[in-house]
Amino acid sequence: MQNVKCECGHDNPHGTILCELCGRALTEKAKEEKLYDMRYEGSARRSQTYNKSIIDKIWNFFSSVKVGIWIILLTLISASLGTILPQEFYLPNNVDPSVYYEDVYGTFGKWYYIIGFYDLYNSAWFIALIAALGVSLVIASLDRAIPLYRALKKQRVDRHESFLKKQRLFAETDKIPDETELQRVREQLKKKRYKIREENGALFAEKGRFSRWGPYVNHVGLIIFLIGSMLRSVDGLYIDELLWIREGETLQVPSTKGEYYIKNEKFTVETYEKEDKAGVFNEALERVGTVVKNYQTDAVLYRDENNKLPGAKPQLSELEKDDIQVNQPMKFDQFAVYQTSYQKDEMKAMQFALTNKATGREMGELTVDLFEQQDSYDLGSGYKVELLGFYPDFDGFSKEGEPKSKSPLPNNPAFLFNMMSPEHPDGEVSFVEIQNTMEPLGETDYKMTFKSLETRDVSALTIRKDLTLPILGLGGIIFMAGVIQGSYWNHRRIWIQKKNGRFYAAGHTNKNWHGLKKELDFVFKGASIPAPEDQIEENKK
Amino acid sequence: MGLASLSSSLLYTAFVLYLVATFFFGGAIRDKRSQSSVSGWAKVGFVVTIIGFITHVGYFITRWVAADHAPVSNLFEFIVAFGMMLVGAFILIYSIYRVSILGLFTMPVVVLIIAYASMFPRELSPLIPALQSDWLYIHVTTAALGEAILSISFVAGLIYLIKAIDQTKVGKKTFWLEFVLYSLISVISFVIVTTSFNFINYEATFTWVDSNDQQLEETYSIPALVGPNQGELQTDNRFTPIVDTPALVNAKKLNTLVWSLGIGLALYGLCRLVLRKRIGSALKPVVKNVSLDLVDEISYRSVIIGFPVFTLGALIFAMIWAQIAWTRFWGWDPKEVWALITFLFYAAFLHLRLSKGWHGEKSAWLAVIGFAIIMFNLIAVNLVIAGLHSYA
Ligand code: HEM
Repeated sequence: MQNVKCECGHDNPHGTILCELCGRALTEKAKEEKLYDMRYEGSARRSQTYNKSIIDKIWNFFSSVKVGIWIILLTLISASLGTILPQEFYLPNNVDPSVYYEDVYGTFGKWYYIIGFYDLYNSAWFIALIAALGVSLVIASLDRAIPLYRALKKQRVDRHESFLKKQRLFAETDKIPDETELQRVREQLKKKRYKIREENGALFAEKGRFSRWGPYVNHVGLIIFLIGSMLRSVDGLYIDELLWIREGETLQVPSTKGEYYIKNEKFTVETYEKEDKAGVFNEALERVGTVVKNYQTDAVLYRDENNKLPGAKPQLSELEKDDIQVNQPMKFDQFAVYQTSYQKDEMKAMQFALTNKATGREMGELTVDLFEQQDSYDLGSGYKVELLGFYPDFDGFSKEGEPKSKSPLPNNPAFLFNMMSPEHPDGEVSFVEIQNTMEPLGETDYKMTFKSLETRDVSALTIRKDLTLPILGLGGIIFMAGVIQGSYWNHRRIWIQKKNGRFYAAGHTNKNWHGLKKELDFVFKGASIPAPEDQIEENKK
Repeated sequence: MGLASLSSSLLYTAFVLYLVATFFFGGAIRDKRSQSSVSGWAKVGFVVTIIGFITHVGYFITRWVAADHAPVSNLFEFIVAFGMMLVGAFILIYSIYRVSILGLFTMPVVVLIIAYASMFPRELSPLIPALQSDWLYIHVTTAALGEAILSISFVAGLIYLIKAIDQTKVGKKTFWLEFVLYSLISVISFVIVTTSFNFINYEATFTWVDSNDQQLEETYSIPALVGPNQGELQTDNRFTPIVDTPALVNAKKLNTLVWSLGIGLALYGLCRLVLRKRIGSALKPVVKNVSLDLVDEISYRSVIIGFPVFTLGALIFAMIWAQIAWTRFWGWDPKEVWALITFLFYAAFLHLRLSKGWHGEKSAWLAVIGFAIIMFNLIAVNLVIAGLHSYA
């Protein structure tokens, strides 16, 4: 492509609107404008220059801020739709979403499920939107940053009058000020920390140029953040496991390939008491009831020294002891162990007595460990109880009349006992569930009487490894640095020059015109040179 | 207990001082002599505001000491803290631009916010384990400050709209401006309704049936126009509901909303009758001397200043804390999502302004919408959409 030659002799890249050196308008359109569009210094941007190939078209599509804004708005609206009803991952684990939404929220819930909004944030189209946002960010930034960098680097002190005239803040006069007056202006400019350059009677003061890179820096930060969040699906970078661990239990830490073991020595829940903090919370406690103050797992972490030896028994050596609380995870290696939840008083064992119904005499007691049942329990003197069936989470009977268990967790244990006694050496069958006994094969002479229940607390720990965090952190820091750089500093420029017996002054800033105007008032205070005035406000009057 | 009641008195003092400041800023508008420089009225108003702010901060500190945790742990505390940040943000922006009209519009909003907050349970509440962290105050105060600075943009935008909208042409613009003002009046109405029935100790208990077919009790403290699902009135001589709601809807909150909007409408109608014109039109003389370009810039500047603070507090600090307390930095919890929406909205605002040239009126409307989103997240998400954050 051909370069554009300006009257001043400079060769500008094809597509340039304002000459990089002197600022003369190079296109007909720019010549006619009342005020120049200074946003990208009239530099040659790829998207404004080429529109032939399919690549040009894609480039132009994504580099358009209009498209970018649409993507942002679509993301925003989609995100809000996901908050109308709870997302699938917030539902209780034992429910089936395909019926839950309709059950609880009626027709609206049914449609919410059918459209797929119940898992909106993991849906392909939502992820595609975020990806489009990323692509748009990259392309739009490249399209502008490079030409802008060129233009700002090249700009000359001495600009053509037409360039000054078409700045928003502008003044001209034929009273040429003397050197002492100019010297004063220079000093005032220095007080305001402007960098001053001068060339044949033209003065150019500039500050805060680096703030122009703010948007690009923050976009880079965003992209790093987006890439970081996509890396989560890469194997090994991200682990998220939930471990239910009972008091006294030692379990393998999941996803550590058997290297680590963790023991729950003790689990505690504390609630606020009336006397706490000299009773300042009494009113609140009265209104809402109990409030949990703390729950924690006193944990011990072990390493299996035999982990690398195939077939060897684990040999555990203690690594650390920690009380894991909410907000205070235990850390080891690249893992963190969080206290997430708990279940108080999980049933552990049940005690029964074999009882003669007629006399009420107890022939002996037995304890069924809900986690480790025996096949039979011998009570001596010819009395024996066999456990024919155990249903930890009893959930009614199947069509064939078989008892069913919903899960392996002892939430609602039920037992099928065979009670053997001298009178009935083959036994009598009794089905026992909490608060209910059935005799499926006919009436029995003996029964199992419930005596007592042993419980313990179960703690839920989340095991988490997230190696993407440093990347996300880096993205976040760069993003913040970029927004601050672009928001709390402004790029301000002031041109002052004598030319052909006239005196010109102009000012430009990328934002915060009020600040620049105040600064100009300060710089030109007391001088015979008029401070540049706002041509936009002039036009309005 | 001494400290807690001192704290309440300080808040009450701040509330009164903000009211006083409003009148002084109002006086500044009427002061015809000083169009160019800051009038004496405005100066006094600003000083009173600063004293109010100091007492407000005093409330915050004493309450913090009394409860031994930052007072940002329930809806009352959070809204009051937001009000404090709003005054802080106003002081910041006012020191840059010295436009007294900004005070005249901001201070009533602050007064309204504190009054609104006081309608919620005010007792000191203990912290649940998830909230026991220094990140509580780091995250919440920064987020609230960011939201407050962004809200100044709304105030400036509102002033812009009142001045710029042509009241001789009835249309969408006049309608929506009236709608915004009506919304503010509804907040007043909410405060009036709640305090009045509180004052006469109104109580009506219902039994009702929830979506799991469980029978529960609910006590209304204002007459039930909207009753709960299959509600049965248990108290004698109380108003019987006109309609029942489905089990999923929180009938008590809906009832309060209906009352607030209804009485709000009545108040609005009354204002129209007295003024004999639209409120927007009645406010026009107040903003007569305002420079549109200046308030436009104030509005934009507040966004520019507030956006980074908001991002830091409501997203970055939030993510750090969520990683520590909830094991993951992001979980698509409704409050998180709405913080993201706010962030995206203001990002869109900045891009529109930058490249589509959305200055002036369009930008002012955007500032109004942004404030609506912030309020939605501050209040509605806690009250309506349940999630991890709905601790209020
Ligand atoms: C959530 C996503 C985004 C955020 C948070 C963001 C943030 C920002 C911020 C804070 C600015 C500076 C605005 C100002 O100083 O007034 C900016 C400028 C800009 N953004 Fe974005 N942006 C996002 C997405 C995009 C997208 C998708 C595009 C693609 C078209 C884009 C293109 C631009 C452009 C062209 C500028 C102006 C640069 C300049 O003036 O030199 N941004 N962005």
